[in-house]
Amino acid sequence: MVVPDLSVNIAGLHFKNPVTTASGTFGYGDEFADFMDIGKLGGIFVKAVTGKNRDGNAYPRMAETASGMLNSVGLQNKGVDHFCREIYPRIRDFHTQIIVNVSGSTIEEYVAVAEQINELEKIHAIELNISCPNVKQGGMAFGTIPSMATEVTAEVRKVYKKVLMVKLSPNVTSITDLAKAVVDGGADVVTLINTLLGMAIDSEHRRPFLSTITGGLSGPAIKPVALRMVWQVHKAVNVPIIGLGGIMNATDAIEFILAGASAIQVGTANFIDPTISVKIIDGIETYLNRHKVQSVNSLIGALRTE
Amino acid sequence: MHFTKQVQDLRVVSNTRLNPRHFVLELLAPEKLPVILPGQFTQVLVEDSPSTFLRRPFSIHSVDISKNTLRLLIQIKGHGTMHLSRLKEGDSLNLIYPLGNTFSLPKTRDVLLVGGGCGVAPLLLLAQFLNQNNVHPTILVGFRTKEEVSEIEEYSKYGRVLLTTDDGTAGEKGLVVDHSIFQKELLSYKKIYCCGPDAMMKAVAKIARMHRVDCEVSLENTMACGFGVCLCCITPTDKGNERVCVEGPVFNINRLKW
Repeated sequence: MVVPDLSVNIAGLHFKNPVTTASGTFGYGDEFADFMDIGKLGGIFVKAVTGKNRDGNAYPRMAETASGMLNSVGLQNKGVDHFCREIYPRIRDFHTQIIVNVSGSTIEEYVAVAEQINELEKIHAIELNISCPNVKQGGMAFGTIPSMATEVTAEVRKVYKKVLMVKLSPNVTSITDLAKAVVDGGADVVTLINTLLGMAIDSEHRRPFLSTITGGLSGPAIKPVALRMVWQVHKAVNVPIIGLGGIMNATDAIEFILAGASAIQVGTANFIDPTISVKIIDGIETYLNRHKVQSVNSLIGALRTE
Repeated sequence: MHFTKQVQDLRVVSNTRLNPRHFVLELLAPEKLPVILPGQFTQVLVEDSPSTFLRRPFSIHSVDISKNTLRLLIQIKGHGTMHLSRLKEGDSLNLIYPLGNTFSLPKTRDVLLVGGGCGVAPLLLLAQFLNQNNVHPTILVGFRTKEEVSEIEEYSKYGRVLLTTDDGTAGEKGLVVDHSIFQKELLSYKKIYCCGPDAMMKAVAKIARMHRVDCEVSLENTMACGFGVCLCCITPTDKGNERVCVEGPVFNINRLKW
């Protein structure tokens, strides 16, 4: 049997396979070095980087819910200078695509971070995070108002010369309006979905479980919403899509690819099985063999709706 | 010797019910056990329990290198732990381990261990470790009532054991911090290691500060991953928000914002 081709091309970037890991669920990659060979992955989206150090939100930041979890981490990170100086040198030689998730509270902050990341030789793409539900200012606001989404994308586009991905929020009335807005602003790729805004209550103590009261829902609970949005965006725009939301296994990943994703991100599942991303790569290969499909590319958006 | 974290299926050798709320699982590793230090923990996958989505963290209670086994002391709290309580000999259990930092080696022999309820879990391994380093600690353990008092013979192998129960049915009556050992004008201990509910650890920390006794506590914050990437289990320290699963679970009280 011919070994199927798992590689995908996304906006000119080569990914050895469509399996990547979602920002905020994979650290900077090296935390997983004990568990797996990072070089097997198509890519890794590293933890969000902001202009300055952020302490994030107060504890408690997490609540387990039915088939998922809520988090309100709040973009805790040590800032872009620290990333370039301390983190980048230790991850730059991973044999995989490294994409930096860029976050901020103001357009100026997004632009400043993107400008600095643009200088890093081994980083060929950024993922603009205009969809974090857990920061008071900015964050999700840029991702819910189309004109603001276009503006922040366009401003970053002026300074960022490589592949520009924009991560969309599902907390909107029309996901296609937002996708079109960021493509108008110059996005090369759209990533979706970020977490769904949710809430959990401890009835015994009459208190919210999270310090921030509301937080972002992830895990299998959100997969049907994510699939629907990937499908809608696939029909609405002409840029590649990276899909995520509750992917726990290879079957889930295939579903996103059929809905129109050129690649997928594994997120919350990394917490439960740190080796899951490698298992998903193997599972996709098995699926291709079983269905006698030569290349994963022929599955992208190949949902039969007739 | 290797310190690599691993994801591994271990086999249940025994499941011993200590009392209605607590049980001990003894687990056999498929390969030679990695080095496990006192204070370290494991993330346990609870399968076939739909409401238990994430793994559950448990302190490593003890290690038997000759049998290549480790033991977990678990309190039944919800569906996940209820499910684990029903495991039988021969069943398989998936663990990520060993995780987290460790209690430090004391620079003194005057050592007091204080554990409350299920918080006694890491103190047995710590007591074993101290003995190997020729330290014989005093071990103060607190339980709710006589029926829950367990494993005293185990602790007694490693040092003098003191006991409290909330209702006074065994040992001194009250919480561990009410024990007469803390009432003495000058506390004769130079190092305290403590694990239990937050309120109890804070009370012990207060006494330790008052008597200028060095004190380490083992925290138990809710966590998603257990190996440092989700940033959910943080606690404020002198270095900002630190991860209980990596920089902890053991912290010197001087570093905490207590």
